[in-house]
Amino acid sequence: MRFFEDIAVGQRRELGSFTFTADAIKRFAAQYDPQAFHLDEEAGRKSLFGGLAASGWHVGSVCMKLLVADGQRQSKEALARGEEIAVWGPSPGFRELRWTRPVLAGDTISFASEVATLRTSETRPAWGIIEARNTGTNQHGEQVFSILATAFVPRRSAS
Amino acid sequence: MGHACGRVEIAAKCGHNRAPFLNYDLMTLTFEDFRPGRLGTFGPRHVTREEILAFAGEFDPQPMHLDEAAASRSMLKGLSGSGWHLCSIMMRMMFDGFIGRTESLGSPGVNEVRWIAPLRPGDDLMLDAEVVEARVSRSRPETGIVTFKSTVRNAGGQALCEMVSPILVRRREGAAVAERMG
Repeated sequence: MRFFEDIAVGQRRELGSFTFTADAIKRFAAQYDPQAFHLDEEAGRKSLFGGLAASGWHVGSVCMKLLVADGQRQSKEALARGEEIAVWGPSPGFRELRWTRPVLAGDTISFASEVATLRTSETRPAWGIIEARNTGTNQHGEQVFSILATAFVPRRSAS
Repeated sequence: MGHACGRVEIAAKCGHNRAPFLNYDLMTLTFEDFRPGRLGTFGPRHVTREEILAFAGEFDPQPMHLDEAAASRSMLKGLSGSGWHLCSIMMRMMFDGFIGRTESLGSPGVNEVRWIAPLRPGDDLMLDAEVVEARVSRSRPETGIVTFKSTVRNAGGQALCEMVSPILVRRREGAAVAERMG
């Protein structure tokens, strides 16, 4: 992962893609969001979604999965260059999460992350705070997911 | 009995797992049943270490959620559940509490989530739900939009997460038609 000083507003990273199979959709829904349109094809078809649809929390969790994987790739690359690795802190929250279109069984969603704002933390001088606009786009080029996520990023100067 | 999780046991015994306006389990809730104000307290929901590790392993494999030693050095000072896990658990608690009995049509998103304190292995969670707004959809008059504020707390009463989120709820049969006919 990168340090606060290495990040600039507007930087964009493609995070990779994920295919939501019917099995994965139902497995997540059975545990955390067992509404009929997330569990049953017929109920999904009759719903506003028009088919078996992934829980929005499943979509958000998969975005997190790809963000973490991307961070691990960046860390490996930094290590290979002999650079110090930044370990990011936790997130205080997020805003403006939009499930703009349903994610249906078989859909492949490509995720990306773009830096929206950067500031230093007043209460924790060793840390900066990043806001990133993370988005998911389906195989038809339609945006299905968008979120303004916040995280603590370590400052190089303080380490 | 009488050990650390006393508070949630009492809550469960006192019937806090029911929304206060619900007198029978089989009643299906429509838009008209949601009015601004307190909805209820739901739970308890026990969260195991195994569940925290399983969710983090699949969706959020950061050391602070998976590795005890790394977690103790992190800002959260100990193993903590993923924030996405906590939100997913809140979704399930809302489902069990009232969404499962509601004519829900899904949700357009989440206005805001604040992760206030870490989810820990063994936590017993209670969820407070409040309706902050209930209005008829402009584009779909047969549908209402109900916005909830949900706060999840551990057995010590510490708030872990606050969420403000709307769901689309069907209006009672004929409500939109009656309005059009004046």
